[in-house]
Amino acid sequence: MPFMLRRLYRFMTLHIDGILLCAILLLMFTGLLVLLSASNGSYVRVSGQLMNMLVALGVMWIFANIPPNFLMRLALPLFVLGCALLIGVALFGDVVNGARRWLHVGVTRIQPSELMKIALPLMLAWYFNRNEASLKLRYYIGAALMLAFPAALIVRQPDLGTALLITASGCYVIFLAGLSWRVIATLFVAGLASLPFLWSALHEYQRQRIMTLLDPSGDPLGTGYHTIQSTIAVGSGGILGKGWMNGTQTHLDFIPERTTDFIFAVYAEEFGLLGNMLLLAMLLFLIGRAMVITANAPTLFTRLLAGAITMTFFTYAFVNIGMVSGILPVVGVPLPLISYGGTSLVSICLGFGILMSINTHKKLVQT
Amino acid sequence: MSELSINPGIEIRDSERELDRFRQRLGILGIFVLTLFGLLLVRFFYLQVIQHGHYSTLAEANRISILPIAPHRGIIVDRNGVQLAHNYSAYTLEITPSKVQGLDDTIDGLATIIEITPRDRRRFRKLLEEGKSFESLPIRTRLSDEEIARFAVHRYRFPGVEAKARLFRQYPQGEMFSHVVGHIGRINQREVEQLDNDGRLANYRGSDYIGKTGLEQSYEKFLHGTTGVEEVEVDSGGRAVRTLSRTPPVSGNNLVLNLDAKLQEVAYNAFGDRKGALVAIDPATGGILAFVSKPGFDPNLFVDGIDPQSWSELNGSPDKPLLNRASAGTYPPGSTFKPFMALAALFYGKRTPQQTISDPGYFMFGGHRFRDDKVDGHGLVDMYKSIVVSCDTYYYVLANDLGIDPLSRFMALFGFGSRTGIDIAGEATGVLPSTEWKARRFSRPEQKKWYAGETISVGIGQGYNNYTPLQMASAMATLANDGVMFRPHIVNYIEDIRTRDKQLIEPAPLRNLGIKQEHLQVVKDALVGVNKEGTGARAFAGAPYVSAGKTGTAQVIAIKQGEKYVESRVAEQHRDHALFIAYAPADKPTIALAVIAENSGFGARAAAPIARQVLDYYLLGKLPPAPESKR
Repeated sequence: MPFMLRRLYRFMTLHIDGILLCAILLLMFTGLLVLLSASNGSYVRVSGQLMNMLVALGVMWIFANIPPNFLMRLALPLFVLGCALLIGVALFGDVVNGARRWLHVGVTRIQPSELMKIALPLMLAWYFNRNEASLKLRYYIGAALMLAFPAALIVRQPDLGTALLITASGCYVIFLAGLSWRVIATLFVAGLASLPFLWSALHEYQRQRIMTLLDPSGDPLGTGYHTIQSTIAVGSGGILGKGWMNGTQTHLDFIPERTTDFIFAVYAEEFGLLGNMLLLAMLLFLIGRAMVITANAPTLFTRLLAGAITMTFFTYAFVNIGMVSGILPVVGVPLPLISYGGTSLVSICLGFGILMSINTHKKLVQT
Repeated sequence: MSELSINPGIEIRDSERELDRFRQRLGILGIFVLTLFGLLLVRFFYLQVIQHGHYSTLAEANRISILPIAPHRGIIVDRNGVQLAHNYSAYTLEITPSKVQGLDDTIDGLATIIEITPRDRRRFRKLLEEGKSFESLPIRTRLSDEEIARFAVHRYRFPGVEAKARLFRQYPQGEMFSHVVGHIGRINQREVEQLDNDGRLANYRGSDYIGKTGLEQSYEKFLHGTTGVEEVEVDSGGRAVRTLSRTPPVSGNNLVLNLDAKLQEVAYNAFGDRKGALVAIDPATGGILAFVSKPGFDPNLFVDGIDPQSWSELNGSPDKPLLNRASAGTYPPGSTFKPFMALAALFYGKRTPQQTISDPGYFMFGGHRFRDDKVDGHGLVDMYKSIVVSCDTYYYVLANDLGIDPLSRFMALFGFGSRTGIDIAGEATGVLPSTEWKARRFSRPEQKKWYAGETISVGIGQGYNNYTPLQMASAMATLANDGVMFRPHIVNYIEDIRTRDKQLIEPAPLRNLGIKQEHLQVVKDALVGVNKEGTGARAFAGAPYVSAGKTGTAQVIAIKQGEKYVESRVAEQHRDHALFIAYAPADKPTIALAVIAENSGFGARAAAPIARQVLDYYLLGKLPPAPESKR
């Protein structure tokens, strides 16, 4: 009997990275605590989120057990599929709230931009790995084009937020693949020079959001509303915070989406500066472990993929906290592992599953 | 083994160097992460330490709230200033569910001091499902002074319950204007998303209502106004202690209509028990003078959120009170189509006014006998007589001679079969038959083809013809105006409350149909003849003005070959519709109208008298005698 149990235990945990899992569970637990407070003590959302977490952890386990070589074979077809679906959306997509982001497929609707979030870095990692022997400038240009194509389609939807995040993940891969510093410097200068042109290409409501960021009181009932309320909540937390479940009702009543995108406002108000530092520490712990895994990955493909997953996670966390603290404009980005919502949890844990897979499959490669 | 022995050192060094370069870059990213997190820490320090005092300036119990101030909605008045939609102030009793323990107990407790009906409870439940828990929802509206006082005494027992002063929308004219003015209702989730998408959601914070139908909906942007903002200091009970800053709201604009309320009332009552619609237009501007759809409904029911029982009664009623018959109901025009047919004949040069046919009482085509309503026929009929006595045979022959597509092209000029572009939503396009239309509409090949026999009944306004009373009135107005067509519009101008600026809704002409004056005159003379000595004469006997008109009777079900139509034997919903189109005074028309009385029989008998009452009032100010019983 014990032999069977040991076999089962080994089967379950062989490809799980204990440290990473620890960090993830810490954050998830914190998330549940904050969610309970943000739901005014109601357990409905919390139990829903618990279910989501179990599903996400299941997905993580599955992907942890998929060898990276298999993922490598999926890279190109997945990317092509994603692009095809994006074109499909551009041509036949359902227009919901003025944005064309969904595609009707049989009985359900799917959002191809979500698929692209994982398909793009996967594709770029595969591409660089394939041409590892000699990476000349033209490969970087090729990668940039592969990035630009779906990103442009997503911008057209219009979904600037997602497009920027996907572009960021692609850029991380290109940077890690060794794009020469001279090119980076040139692009930086060119980017600065083209800012006015980009400004005029933005939609009116996007420009509004940026203007509101600089002066939230200019639009107190519109997008400034979120920012004003969330900074009040954050600021009033002080050093020690107001205590768990003690966030002032009036403020929270006026923060829409306090269980989703703006949940950090609840956390900051209740746990104060010390709590914020603790949260950043937990995030750093997770990112740190992920970076260690990235540094020790055996092949170029796995290194680039791991790097993309790690940095993307960081980007989401930074953008969300920055938005709630009032230093970034309002974009619809959830706080990973903490905001209420199944899709985000599953896709983040999927990424971590891949990280674990990368970390635990290398021993086999080396022998 | 052998592959590695060629240059083992360089291979390993290369991949080692690569790994080092990668780790270097990774390290740079690590520093990037630390820097940005450091930036966040600085921000936290700024907000939570340096500015902490500012953000909790007030003592523990107080906090700052940003409250929207809902603007006053613009009012809607007729051309003489009669109010059709306005606001009045009243107190509501509101519950914030997230602040209340035990919702049902609270409501039961409230019911002991203030009357709460089952309807109120049902409505509250419905609002609860749709709304958010931190919003306050009304359980009772329009509290009396006594009820307010009683609640104030017991208030401490009910945390989370408030009496609030609110503005209410009221429609003093009720069901007579229900379709044209429309009504507002509570904003639902879909509308919230639509507003957010248009970038208008900010203006609706603190507003619970939005226009749903009629003018309230189509002019929402003008009526709503601009929301104001107030920063208040609020105590632990949620009550405002003091105002820190205030941007006042801007009231919505008022709408002044072309409509004449008294005329609308006369028209509405003239129907008696009958269902139907009437649209009256000023031919010189396109301004709508009356827009009746009967039966209507009480729009005041919708304002607070209609309770499910009343809704199912309205929605399920076979009389369809929610249907706007004037612009969304489609009917065959019947004989009212004939004047336009005659114009088409002149336009294409297929007939001269003097040409006659001999009418035996029927027209044989393809083995089918098309009957005239007069059994022995009207004898020798020229164009004038064909309209005055409403001879079917003349038009059967004419339709056959014209052919469906030329006929269709001409009718399209008058706007038959297309939306008029009136300034409320929900207009139907109707059906203007043509070979192209039929090919598109049907899917089976044998149905797609247009058969020559089908053209015949089109000539007398039957067959596939289906138009809205609005289209018919607009066509009549165009004819009265010598072929210059205006877009029908209800609103005359929009008035800015502060500046008294008037924004006119254009009476610009849409197009000049380009019909020869002498052709128009022929048809116009015939229409005058209808009311003088023809089918409309009885209804217009003794009128001190000269009017032009045309009766129409539209079949609802087909009569079999060889049978006669006997009204008393046919079920009411299958009885013919009665129609009448008219304009007056004949020389310089100031009003053109189309009226349809559903299932009421002959146009002359049922619809023409309604038109007579309307014209009598509009031209003479003469009010009808005490209401007649249904004949």
